[in-house]
Amino acid sequence: MYAQMVKTDAARIKGLDEMDPQERVFQQRIDTGQKIEPKEWMPEAYRKTLIRQISQHAHSEIVGQLPEGNWITRAPTLERKAILLAKVQDEAGHGLYLYCAAETLGISRDQMYEQLHSGKAKYSSIFNYPTLSWADIGAIGWLVDGAAIMNQVPLQRCSYGPYARAMVRICKEESFHQRQGFDILAKMVRGTPAQKEMVQDALDRWWWPSLMMFGPSDDASVHSAQSMAWKIKQNSNDELRQKFVDQTVPQAEYLGLTVPDPDLKWNEEKGGYDFGEPDWSEFFEVIAGNGPCNAERLGARRKAWGDGTWFRDGLTAHAEKVAARRAKSVAAE
Amino acid sequence: MSSEWPLWEVFIRGQHGLNHRHVGSLHAPDAEMAINNARDVYTRRNEGVSIWVVRSSDIVASAPSEKGPLFEPSNSKVYRHPTFFDIPDEVGHM
Repeated sequence: MYAQMVKTDAARIKGLDEMDPQERVFQQRIDTGQKIEPKEWMPEAYRKTLIRQISQHAHSEIVGQLPEGNWITRAPTLERKAILLAKVQDEAGHGLYLYCAAETLGISRDQMYEQLHSGKAKYSSIFNYPTLSWADIGAIGWLVDGAAIMNQVPLQRCSYGPYARAMVRICKEESFHQRQGFDILAKMVRGTPAQKEMVQDALDRWWWPSLMMFGPSDDASVHSAQSMAWKIKQNSNDELRQKFVDQTVPQAEYLGLTVPDPDLKWNEEKGGYDFGEPDWSEFFEVIAGNGPCNAERLGARRKAWGDGTWFRDGLTAHAEKVAARRAKSVAAE
Repeated sequence: MSSEWPLWEVFIRGQHGLNHRHVGSLHAPDAEMAINNARDVYTRRNEGVSIWVVRSSDIVASAPSEKGPLFEPSNSKVYRHPTFFDIPDEVGHM
């Protein structure tokens, strides 16, 4: 998802009887649905896992602006441009809500940026694919934001208060993102045959990477089990992927598109679709930094951060000067 | 040489007549920029009619470990709630 394969430091899940009293009280609070707040006691592994997950989520929002930003100056109409600008601005906002949530756990903003820019921290694999046509902007909203919603809605019930509250704000805004994407495609498929072909081409390229967003099957993962015990993850990757496919295929049919999966078939018995396995070797390559746009995305982030240094420093210098002047005039009174 | 901008807590009055409510935090070099940034980060959809920003370092918070001594005393004073008292039905609304 926006946070993929988050490690927890757990070798296995501890039972309540194996925990020291402090940890037992903590786990029982989580089990009864209480929220954990910033300054309260928490196991170090819980804190670290949340930092990994929330910062990865934040980085994804920030890097996620880049593929779409590519089309702001190329949007087909002024209205589409204004909508896309608002959407990309939302992504920046989502990144900021999440960075703040992570900061409550004791990591600084600059540390997180450093981890992103050095390549130490990950962001979602999906943003390492190029946006080749306007239809890709529609496909991102419809599929990528659609997949994000699947994951983010349950995260509103996450055990960590600041993260859960950030997700509430984000989910409210996310539905606009998905709809604007679908609307772009719905308009294009009613256009010329060439436009419809662009939409099909976009679906062909984005379908599998979208399914990969949920991450590989984690039914056997101790990290996933630990995250679930801590209620910072509510559903398995396969559950969410199934839900996404079941929701999205009828929408593709409505658009008159063909989902690029020969194994896709309605399964009456399970009440959902059967579908093929994504190419996980591609996923691991992208995660390892070898996707089509990894270098470009990180390069753009580093350049933006580097080029902005003089400006950030300038504002700091100005703020210090004004504060010093004020202190002087107060002293003179 | 770059140093991190300080953290500010943001409070928004959603509508006239309501209290300001904490909505989140952000980084900014000074109060003026904090207000500007808060406008962009927290009120993109008409969420507010007024913004307060306060330096996070200026906020004094009670410690979670003080929860007992702080809040215990009021727990035992159930008579502060009107439902503590039984009023006979015949008396009517009170």
